[in-house]
Amino acid sequence: MTLLEKFNGTGARLQALTAGGGRNPFDVVIERPLSSTVGLIEGRETLLFGTNNYLGLSQSPKAVEAAAKAVREFGVGTTGSRIANGTQSLHRHLETRIADYFGQRDCMVFSTGYQANLGIISTIAGKDDYLLLDADSHASIYDAAKLGYAQVIRFRHNDPDDLHKRLRRLEGQPGGRLIVAEGIYSMTGNVAPMKEFAAIRRETGAMLLVDEAHSFGVLGPTGKGAAEEAGVLEDMDFVLGTFSKSFGTVGGYCVSNHPELDLIRLQCRPYMFTASLPPDVIAATLANLEEIATRPELRAQLMDNARQFHSGLTQAGFRTSRHVSPVVAVTLEETPEAVALWNRLLELGVYVNLSLPPATPDNHPLLRCSVMATHTPEQISRAVDIFTRAARECGLLLAAA
Amino acid sequence: MQTADEVSAVILEKLLANPKVPRDITGSSRIVEDLAFDSLAVMNFVMDIEDTFDVSVPLDRLADVRTVDDLANAVIALKSGA
Repeated sequence: MTLLEKFNGTGARLQALTAGGGRNPFDVVIERPLSSTVGLIEGRETLLFGTNNYLGLSQSPKAVEAAAKAVREFGVGTTGSRIANGTQSLHRHLETRIADYFGQRDCMVFSTGYQANLGIISTIAGKDDYLLLDADSHASIYDAAKLGYAQVIRFRHNDPDDLHKRLRRLEGQPGGRLIVAEGIYSMTGNVAPMKEFAAIRRETGAMLLVDEAHSFGVLGPTGKGAAEEAGVLEDMDFVLGTFSKSFGTVGGYCVSNHPELDLIRLQCRPYMFTASLPPDVIAATLANLEEIATRPELRAQLMDNARQFHSGLTQAGFRTSRHVSPVVAVTLEETPEAVALWNRLLELGVYVNLSLPPATPDNHPLLRCSVMATHTPEQISRAVDIFTRAARECGLLLAAA
Repeated sequence: MQTADEVSAVILEKLLANPKVPRDITGSSRIVEDLAFDSLAVMNFVMDIEDTFDVSVPLDRLADVRTVDDLANAVIALKSGA
């Protein structure tokens, strides 16, 4: 096999996906956003139900103004890494602000959420340590496991008893243990049982890291995520997150009370060897943090919208998770029907994400939908109606309501 | 302590419980190539094996595992604390 022949299989699978004249689902272009909830796709105004823009803040006027001002004041890039020549006052300001918001000692800001997971997890858990990963962890967490040298044990998704059992098996072995969970799982919308995980941390002495990428700004009395929602934020050794979901921008962060976080900066390769975020992104993120902090009504509206969309799809007979969260995944049996439904939805004016095995749990294809605080009740009921119509036109059998 | 043959036999029995697995597999069958398991399916199967033998098989140990017998040997080595 030559170097490039290994891509033939992927090429064949892509061809099969588009064989019936369907689109390449990985090549949809949003020509431009008309608002946070409507985009122009294939020249048509399309309802966006497949973003991570949970609070609609990618279009926040305050963030846009802050970014424009920062560009004029600081320029368009830093041309340096955080530890060399890429830290400006704005970066330190954002780190202080996020640490304060969480009530934690320190914060590291990364250039993406992917890099935050990659960097923190691979740096903390060294050789002879054990990483205990939820089986449905995001790719960035699995990649962190590959980048580091720790021994990696998977536990069954969202299953505290299974985690406990696997920790028990390690009794007597030297080395630290780091448990990794996500607040909300990006593909299914499942919410982690953080209270139970925190109890296991207290009982076993393992450290606990939660990635609140999809739950920050969404869950908890002040929007800090699943750990806050469960009342166990104090039990988190490390809270990670991203700016590319609720914050509406791009970047990642880690907050912790452990004073060693400041030393991790000097050993964490995905932090040290990449350029820092440009000033406009930092300024926009700061502005949107203020929006998240001062407008709790956004979260209330988001969860109202999530309930409306989740119950609408469930009552229409689609298979969804039992968790109600802004991520609503519709599970289908086979890939061809998922592809057909996804294409028809887009033609009828609803954009969602097509997720195919093995990037999904349980080997089933998913239509991953997400709800925003800025969706109107009318937009949501229109999307549910279009789902029902598209399923009928694709010949899908829906469960009786 | 079970022998490698005994552990292999249990693993084969578990694999054959899956109707998609070819009927003619043996201890020397390669898990990815001969059984058409993708990376996720391998990891999920190993989780079952961990529970069957009450042992943890860290993912990095799987790098050396190609056949059913390799997996059996890894289980035995880990059980004996190697």
